[in-house]
Amino acid sequence: MSKNTVSDRFRKVDVDEYDENKFVDEEDGGENQLGPDEAEVDSLIRSGNLMGALQAVLKNPPINTKNQNVKERAEGLVLKVLSSFKTSDIEKAVQSLDKTGVDLLMKYIYRGFEKPSDNSSAILLQWHEKALSAGGVGSIVRVLTARKTV
Amino acid sequence: MSYHSFLLEPISCHAWNKDRTQIALCPNNHEVHIYKKDGNNWNKIHVLKEHNGQVTGIDWAPESNRIVTCGTDRNAYVWTLKGDVWKPTLVILRINRAARCVKWSPKENKFAVGSGSRLISVCYFEQDNDWWVCKHIKKPIRSTILCLDWHPNNVLLAAGSCDFKCRIFSAYIKEVEEKPAPTPWGSKMPFGEVMFESTGTAGWVHGVCFSDSGNRVAWASHDSTVAVAEGGKTAVCTSLTSETLPLLCVTFITENSLVAAGHDCYPVLFVYDSNKAALSFGGKLDIPKQSAQKGMSARERFQNLDKKATTDTKEAVLESVHKNSISQISILNGGKAQCAKFCTTGMDGGMTIWDVKTLESAMKDLKIV
Repeated sequence: MSKNTVSDRFRKVDVDEYDENKFVDEEDGGENQLGPDEAEVDSLIRSGNLMGALQAVLKNPPINTKNQNVKERAEGLVLKVLSSFKTSDIEKAVQSLDKTGVDLLMKYIYRGFEKPSDNSSAILLQWHEKALSAGGVGSIVRVLTARKTV
Repeated sequence: MSYHSFLLEPISCHAWNKDRTQIALCPNNHEVHIYKKDGNNWNKIHVLKEHNGQVTGIDWAPESNRIVTCGTDRNAYVWTLKGDVWKPTLVILRINRAARCVKWSPKENKFAVGSGSRLISVCYFEQDNDWWVCKHIKKPIRSTILCLDWHPNNVLLAAGSCDFKCRIFSAYIKEVEEKPAPTPWGSKMPFGEVMFESTGTAGWVHGVCFSDSGNRVAWASHDSTVAVAEGGKTAVCTSLTSETLPLLCVTFITENSLVAAGHDCYPVLFVYDSNKAALSFGGKLDIPKQSAQKGMSARERFQNLDKKATTDTKEAVLESVHKNSISQISILNGGKAQCAKFCTTGMDGGMTIWDVKTLESAMKDLKIV
């Protein structure tokens, strides 16, 4: 009763940091992952080969790297490719991807939702609908459970 | 396929006796209820009250007729039937977190308990002291053990854990058994040795199961994948990403077929082809009721559009037998080699018995190899 209970700073201490048995993710060498090739993707977009641009931008995903810049650059590039598609072509593009491609696309879509800009959410929602019919709710579960993501 | 609704609360775990006339289950509280089948009814004949926390695992040894239960109160009890009453014996597990799952070994001289203390307690009966003693398997487990399954040789134990790995450990206790013969998983099996560790899974491993021969192990994880590993010089691992919600429990029904069930409320069949080392989706194992399609009036259509922004006439009602996630699956007849009947219990408090022959004939294209 006579203790000083005014300060509540102790509530903001992150107890898990001091746990000696804390789970630490395995370190995978991610230094070499640079994300999709910007020049290649740009040239494919300009030449109108959007399917090719989609395949190219989904190569080399920066999953293991801790460098946030690389991840942001990759996300921006993916968004550029997704926005340049016509609505009617989206379904065909998603069909051309294999299972891992659809999972990766879902990861990028959710990353894109995190930082919405002008029209991005609407475009991403259209892509989300088509990717969902291809990958099912399982692909969304994999976005949520992945510890190393784009 | 028969469905029986026991309770309104989830069934946390269940176990059958040897002749499948009695079922022991935990109705999401500190007790274990034993029901006996009487024609078409189930009558509650025993209530086992000893745990101070929710009972998370029950296993009934068919030959010796003993029940082992474990709970969130960090204890396990071995129950023996004396006359008409079940008498408990406390087992000191030496864990400081909740116990999550328990399984008798095939010879019923040991049982293993998985817990949140990041270890597995392997318990055996010491005749001299008339007491259950336990040994711990700690390394290299880094999180809660969610599920366990024993290999038919009574020594190897598969464990699925929250650190995203499925491992096979040796639980060889020299006091109760002789040295085991070599298996495809390895020949040297000292206690606690890791014979196999999975890679590549990204979610918590909810369910694990050895095949009847013990040469294959399957596990279901939270990233909506199912994987099968086959023992050998180098273990061959194949996994299948599914389009459904995560599966919580998995079991072999023949050497090549698996049945798994989970948050989607219906069991699914998977087929493993060892020549191609490929796992494929076999089919949904639920016979949906054909509901009458009634036409929608214009007013209803407009209401739907206003409320749900869709003119879809599908009602938001689950068509499966279970109305909530299925949490446990157990084989009733035929063993893991030629299963004829299996049983599922779930969070809807119901228990369904599935007949494999009926399913095979009801679903065309369903082949159980």
